[in-house]
Order: sequence, then structure tokens, then C-alpha cells
Amino acid sequence: MKFAVIVFPGSNCDVDMYHAIKDELGEEAEYVWHTADNLDQFDGILLPGGFSYGDYLRSGAIARFSTVMTEVVKAANAGKPVLGICNGFQILLEAGLLPGAMRRNRDLKFICRPVQLQVENAETAFTNSYSQGDVINIPVAHGEGNYYCDEVTLETLKANNQIVFTYKGDNPNGSLEKIAGIINQQGNVLGMMPHPERAVDSLLGSNDGLMLFQSIVKNWRESHVVNA
Amino acid sequence: MYKVKVYITLRESVLDPQGTAVKQSLHSMTYNQVQDVRIGKYMELSIEDTTTDVDQLVKEMCERLLANTVIEDYRYDIEEVVAL
Repeated sequence: MKFAVIVFPGSNCDVDMYHAIKDELGEEAEYVWHTADNLDQFDGILLPGGFSYGDYLRSGAIARFSTVMTEVVKAANAGKPVLGICNGFQILLEAGLLPGAMRRNRDLKFICRPVQLQVENAETAFTNSYSQGDVINIPVAHGEGNYYCDEVTLETLKANNQIVFTYKGDNPNGSLEKIAGIINQQGNVLGMMPHPERAVDSLLGSNDGLMLFQSIVKNWRESHVVNA
Repeated sequence: MYKVKVYITLRESVLDPQGTAVKQSLHSMTYNQVQDVRIGKYMELSIEDTTTDVDQLVKEMCERLLANTVIEDYRYDIEEVVAL
């Protein structure tokens, strides 16, 4: 499976993402600059964390109008898996590929530490290797991860099982309903604030994030490879 | 030439943690009259003369980029100025 790691000016988790795919997962990955106008050769799209365009105006607001985003929307509409982590999640929200918006963290601080996540939906293309209710250890690193949406949107998210990850225990950033990650209705676009790409090697504290990437590959093989 | 002033604030329904912190600080300075503080953004745009409706143009910019209407409200003033 071949992944595109989209790189915006100010992305800073692109190398970790590339490492996770290439070295830990053993799949193909390529860096793709934000000016790219074709993603046809890729099977999956990864939007890494960082501070695209210096977080000017709002996190993700400017990146969302990059040339490559037209292609990301096209890939999403074609059913390809699209994963946005941290700033990548913020870009997906700004682009309207996922509902809601991010506010500053409740306590106005940048949080950088491991958190416990609960897997709320283990039947998605991104979580099928986990079990429902699994508690996993994944780091967060953000100043604006305080998820918000209106009541109607929240009801829809709940009714369709679109809330994929929640924070277990303390709510680190004030996020609505402790939401840490959501998926679109079609089930192929996932956004999450925590960084699974930083949790792919037990030597560095946790490898709980690796199963997320394995899930993507497993799901893709089942539908694309004969006799998988 | 038009000078446009755009004001963006968090919607009433959205908690403003920065505003709350500033309000508490004002209270600790004994400005207890302050009931609420909302922090927002202020932008100035200079727009060249155009045949399109400037009001419509600015509204469109606010909706598409300058504000995120999920959490923010916007308002603006347009002033026509003579270019020097």
C-alpha cells in the first residue's frame, strides 16, 4: 500500500509519519509537497501534525486552500483512506471534510504528554485491529485541541458512531464529550488530535499507535488484493 | 479604494477561555464592574475599486476564510476612501 505524507510549510510530524509507515509498518510512503496537483498514484493520504503556515489566522485555515487540498478532497470523495493527525485534523475540519471546529485548550496551555485513549468504535477502517473499549497510550501535543460542534452535529456523530476515540480519565483540553478523534459518515476520513505515529515503538514508551496504521493496511488489502 | 475593518469574535454559545482569564484578572484588579470579556480578531483590508459588490465580496471572504462560522461571528465596516 502506498501512502502520501502531505507536507505543508510548517509541518513538523511528517518525518515521524514517514518513519512509522516505512520502517515500522513496512509499507511504501512518499513525501508530497503542498503544491502537488495529483495524488492518483497513492492508496492512502496522511496529513501530519505541525504548524502549517505558522497557525496564522486559525490552525489549518490557510493550509486548507493549498493546491494539494483539492486533490485530498478528491481522494476522500473517491473513498481512499484519509488520516489527519493534530494539525492534519485541524485542516480536515477547516476543509469541511469533518464537522466541527477546534478552540484553544481550556487551560490555555500547550499540552505535550502521553494520554490514555478509549477506542469507542473498533469497526472502522482505521481501528479494526483494536477491540471495542480498548484503552491505548498515545501522546498528545497541541494548543488547540478543544473540539467543538453544535448539538445537532453531536447527535449525528453519536447516532452514526462517528466518535472513534475519547480521552480516558481527565479531559486534557476541554474537548466536547472528551472527543479525541472522529470519522466521517462514509468511514474513510479520520481526524484525531493524539499522535499514533509517535507511538509505534515500545522502546519509546508505547507502540499502541501501530495498530491504527495496521488497520488501514488490513482494510485496504481486504478490498484491493485478491486472495488476501 | 475601500478600507474594510473586519471584527471576528467567538460566537455567544462558545466558551472563550482567554476572555474568561482576562475577566478574572480584571476582577483581581478590583474592576468588579466587568461582567464579560470576549477576545477576538481585528483585520484591515484595503480593496481596490471593483465593479463587483464590495459588501458581497467581503461577506464571501469572511465566510470562506477570515472567520470559521462554526465557532466565530464576524461583522465589518466598509469605508470608501480616495486613493492618494
